[in-house]
Amino acid sequence: MARLFAYIVHQEGVADDSAAELVSAAARIDAGQPPVAVVTGWGAELDAVCDSLRDVYKEVWKVAHAALAYPNAELVRQALVRVLPHDCILLVPHAHFGVDLSPGLSIKLDSAYVPDVVDIEGVAGASLKLVRQEFGGQVSAHVRCDISAGAVLNIRPGAYPPAAGAPAGGQVIDKSAGIGELTSRRRYIETIAAETGDVDITRQAVLVSIGRGIGEKDNVAIAEELAEAMGAAVSCSRPVVDAKWLEKSRQVGSSGQTVKPKVYLACGISGSFQHLAGLKGNPYIVAINKNPNAPIFRVADVGIVDDILELLPELTARIREEKSK
Amino acid sequence: MEVIQSPAQATYWLIQGRILFLFLHLLGTACFAYIVARRLRPLLSGQRDYRFDRPFARLGNVLQFWLGQWRHPRYRFAGAMHLAIFAGFILLASRAFSLLALGIAGGPVASGPSSSAGHLYDIVRDYAATVVFLAMVVAAIRRLVFKPKRYAVPARYGKAHTADAIFLLGLIALLMAADGFYEGSLAAAHARAGQPVEFLAAFSMPWLLQRAFASASLSTLSQVHLGSYMVHELTFFFLLCYRPFGIQFHVETSLFSIYFAKLDRATLKPVRWGVDDQHLDQVKSFGVKRFEDFTWKHMLDFYSCADCGRCSDQCPANAVGRPLSPRFITTKARDYSFRHYPVWGRPAADEPLIGGIYSEDEIWSCTTCGACEAECPLLVEYIDKMVDLRRGMIDDGNVPQSLQKPLKALESRGNPYGKMEKKRGDWAKAKEFQQTCEVPVLNGKRTAGTLYFVDSVTSYDDRIQSIGRATARILRHTGEDFGILGAAEKDSGHEVRRFGEEMLFQALRDHNTEAIQASGVRRIVTADPHAFNALKHDYRDLPPVEHISQVIASEVKAGKIAFRPVDNAGDVYAYHDPCYLGRHNQVYDDPRAVLDAIPGLQRVEMARSRDRSFCCGGGGLALFYEPKEEERMGVKRVRMAAEAGANVIVTACPFCMVNMEDAIKVAGMEGKMTAIDLTELVDRQMAREEVGAAV
Amino acid sequence: MEILVCAKRVPDTSENEISLDSAGTDIERDDLVYSVNEPDNYAVEEALQIVARTGGTVTVATVGGEDDEEILRREMAMGAQQAVLISDEAFAGSDGRGIAAILSAFVRRGKYDLILTGVQADDGAAQVGGMLAAMLDYPFASLVNAIEVLDGGKLKASREIQGGNKEISEIDLPCVLSIQTGINEPRYVGMRGIKQVAARPIPTPDAAELGVDPATVGEAAAKVKRVDYFVPAAGKGAEMLEGDREEIIGTLIELVRAKGGLN
Repeated sequence: MARLFAYIVHQEGVADDSAAELVSAAARIDAGQPPVAVVTGWGAELDAVCDSLRDVYKEVWKVAHAALAYPNAELVRQALVRVLPHDCILLVPHAHFGVDLSPGLSIKLDSAYVPDVVDIEGVAGASLKLVRQEFGGQVSAHVRCDISAGAVLNIRPGAYPPAAGAPAGGQVIDKSAGIGELTSRRRYIETIAAETGDVDITRQAVLVSIGRGIGEKDNVAIAEELAEAMGAAVSCSRPVVDAKWLEKSRQVGSSGQTVKPKVYLACGISGSFQHLAGLKGNPYIVAINKNPNAPIFRVADVGIVDDILELLPELTARIREEKSK
Repeated sequence: MEVIQSPAQATYWLIQGRILFLFLHLLGTACFAYIVARRLRPLLSGQRDYRFDRPFARLGNVLQFWLGQWRHPRYRFAGAMHLAIFAGFILLASRAFSLLALGIAGGPVASGPSSSAGHLYDIVRDYAATVVFLAMVVAAIRRLVFKPKRYAVPARYGKAHTADAIFLLGLIALLMAADGFYEGSLAAAHARAGQPVEFLAAFSMPWLLQRAFASASLSTLSQVHLGSYMVHELTFFFLLCYRPFGIQFHVETSLFSIYFAKLDRATLKPVRWGVDDQHLDQVKSFGVKRFEDFTWKHMLDFYSCADCGRCSDQCPANAVGRPLSPRFITTKARDYSFRHYPVWGRPAADEPLIGGIYSEDEIWSCTTCGACEAECPLLVEYIDKMVDLRRGMIDDGNVPQSLQKPLKALESRGNPYGKMEKKRGDWAKAKEFQQTCEVPVLNGKRTAGTLYFVDSVTSYDDRIQSIGRATARILRHTGEDFGILGAAEKDSGHEVRRFGEEMLFQALRDHNTEAIQASGVRRIVTADPHAFNALKHDYRDLPPVEHISQVIASEVKAGKIAFRPVDNAGDVYAYHDPCYLGRHNQVYDDPRAVLDAIPGLQRVEMARSRDRSFCCGGGGLALFYEPKEEERMGVKRVRMAAEAGANVIVTACPFCMVNMEDAIKVAGMEGKMTAIDLTELVDRQMAREEVGAAV
Repeated sequence: MEILVCAKRVPDTSENEISLDSAGTDIERDDLVYSVNEPDNYAVEEALQIVARTGGTVTVATVGGEDDEEILRREMAMGAQQAVLISDEAFAGSDGRGIAAILSAFVRRGKYDLILTGVQADDGAAQVGGMLAAMLDYPFASLVNAIEVLDGGKLKASREIQGGNKEISEIDLPCVLSIQTGINEPRYVGMRGIKQVAARPIPTPDAAELGVDPATVGEAAAKVKRVDYFVPAAGKGAEMLEGDREEIIGTLIELVRAKGGLN
């Protein structure tokens, strides 16, 4: 079996949640071989990340270079090609950085690439049986991946639970020596923060979240009234923002905000992966959708098949009624 | 011997009147001819438009709408004023010419033939001029003091037109006054000289002036007489040459606008007149993108608009604060043509209309409800222009994102929702329904005499499917041998066409035409007024088409449908006229007759009903468009129903139902107001047993 | 600027109900309607807008067969000057890497300053753009939601990253960018537009013409293969509330209250 590596995404000295999840994912490929964490970066932040990873990884490869202080995928790719054994299996979280890094990396390593893996079913000879989703999660597909020359696998964040168990007590190995000069024809300039609206949905305990099922802009008021009755805030999925029914700052999902509410009412939201990626902290999810096959019902705690335009006003009225008692 | 000189004999600043006025007349006429020729210039660059057929129908329109001023009394006060002014102008036309002639040929006899017919005319003339003068005064007071809201110009459409209006009123008043002074001074002079005095109508302007001048000297009277003639002449020709510069041009153009007005209002103009569907591919550009893409008749409309504001006053889009006011569609185009085709100099380079004088939202805001066209006293056309402007935007790919999805779905799936074709007939397969009312699909194996054309919203919308099932049960109840096309039916394309996507409409039309013809039916029934209008007017070579309300009305008359006493007898019903059933097809009475046939049903009329019905918000693609508006049309409409004292709105259109039910929720009137389709109500109230036995 | 947009024809999720066929291993394909992959359409619009500002031409290419011609016609109707259908039986069954290899052979034959792809396809994996860039040794950026052309053969590109933030980078041309939806408002293409380009020739280079070794592409060379489709087991799934609405609302309020959802 090829060696297993996990690429660690980190920010401001803190490893991403996916770092611990990749350990669980790796165990599905080879339970007997603990994966090696690969961390690129620079300075004290990098050291802090590497140190923190010792709890979950037995071995942490530190790749330090001033040019890697900001994770420019073009530079990270060059560094990884020089550091990693080319026939390894590298796990990368499938988020904006993984999408930027991995396809090109697989070419440079001359290994196979499978993006957005939601499950690893096992190894059969030189191939890996994986599960992906297609058509917005409406169907899943089994994918066979030839790993004889190594592979880069982008694992969907949240697909696996974080590794549990005793601290691994790992060691940090500095692999910075061999990387040499890093150059890129893509230069990072700056990050522009998203405009935050009047309500910060990332700090709300209860969210009434609406999706395409709200139908039109005027109906947003229905959700706003329910939110008011519940003492909650209104958030939404991407189509609602694309339609300009709500501001971008209200969007939950990989291209929007990451929220950690206690209770999440998903109203007319089908539950695409991109949306669910913005939902953290294991909230209590109530899904209301007309379509009984909506993927949201697979992740929700409670489901109701109904038209939100009819159900929500009644729910609002009942809550107000009970409150007034 | 004449006591005072006639203008022709008199000398003005050393020039003999005859020569001076001949020169003035020739100059004035030449100026007018030149300006009108310049104004006709853009019409010659405009697109073709076939308006020369059916002369008798057109003359009929002239008699009714021009001479008869048919639509003016719809606005009582303004209408009465206009009637008075119009009648005055008609009556004064011959007076104006005889006065002109006087300036050149004026002999010793001051004016008019002295026969009894002449006397009668003189009386009428005196009163007419007086009435017109007074009307000008009243109109000016109305404009300046009472300021009716519909004349206001919101800031986004430019500056107020009040100054222009007052100036114009003043000119006309001056013209009338000059005539009065001319006549009055002459009569006073004759009285003073002890000669026979012209008969002046009592209390008319000249009559009053004659008395006012009773003590004036002959020389003063002569000066007033000659001076007022001069003022009259100058005002007349100034007014003539000033007319092609504003709304006053309608005095000349309205006759032509009405003669050439569109006769078949329910359908749309073709993309290009004279190009049939097969040759459309050769047309380089679709629709109206630049001013010259308008037809000459549409340009003539721009000249004819009198800026009375009735269109915008009736327009539901304007009423809810959408960025559309039909009045300014016209006046902005007129101003554009004045700017780009100036009286002096070369035509200016053209600029695109969209983004120039019109905004995209302005053009998409129209629901094609037709309220503006039903109101316009001059029969100005709006829907064709809107559709032509949309055709231009579609051709340039300039379509709101919210409309692109449904248009694409219509192309690939034949419905705007992107639903599967094979599920189009599923509404009829609902379990309980299917057991009691089988709806056969006319797929070659089954045939029937009548086709129920369902159309997309009724086929796929969960709520609206109930209208489909009610329609089917009614047809089954009357023993009709009918079926549906099922998966072979596609959207009628009614809104597709009205949103400017002509080629997609034609593809849908051709598909449906073929399917309907193949089914071998002899009659088509539909419960969707939009489909009804499309099949009836936009399609060709189809069997006769009826709306379900017409079918029900005739079956009620024939005794095939009888009703039980109305459920919930305390309810008060108001019938809402769907635009494409009422205004566009004049089906107003059948639905009302059906309601009135239900024993115990209390019905009230909304203030705005029949051809003044207020659009619910529009159907088909209009449901996908997200307009900028302050309020929904439907919300306004349900409030109107409440004001009329109703608690049930009856409609006869699936889109009205969608909009009304939404509006009831948005307006917070749930529990106080409900909406029901005519078919649902009939289905609920039909007495099944007795009639079942009779059939 | 010469721009190449790589597009793909896919079953449009908004107009199809994706379900499994009776065998349960593939999706039901009988009633599918296809269209150009939505993000690819944004990429074409972006290319057209760039060319409108800077001059140049837009070429749209796809790897596929006769059926795929329709999307090329559509993109030409939008305004693309050229369309190319890269087609060879040997290409059938290629994985993302194979498609990238075919496209890279095509790119090497021409001279493009900028290559755009959609960020990902409904039935795809957000991979071809990055692979193509790596094969060509061009810089690459994914999830691009704004492009500004700078002087001196450079672009300023914005990537959509977490939290709706924008990562701004400068990229040297030639480069490959994958385009995120929402970057622009694609223009409408009607039937008339498509008819007007119906007669425009579409070159169909094959493996030999592109110098692609058939052994390196197609199904045989694919390292990644889809085996079958399935509908995943419900997992833990939601507890479904059933009954009449009043009852459901009552239960729901109790559940939400217990979780601290009523304040």
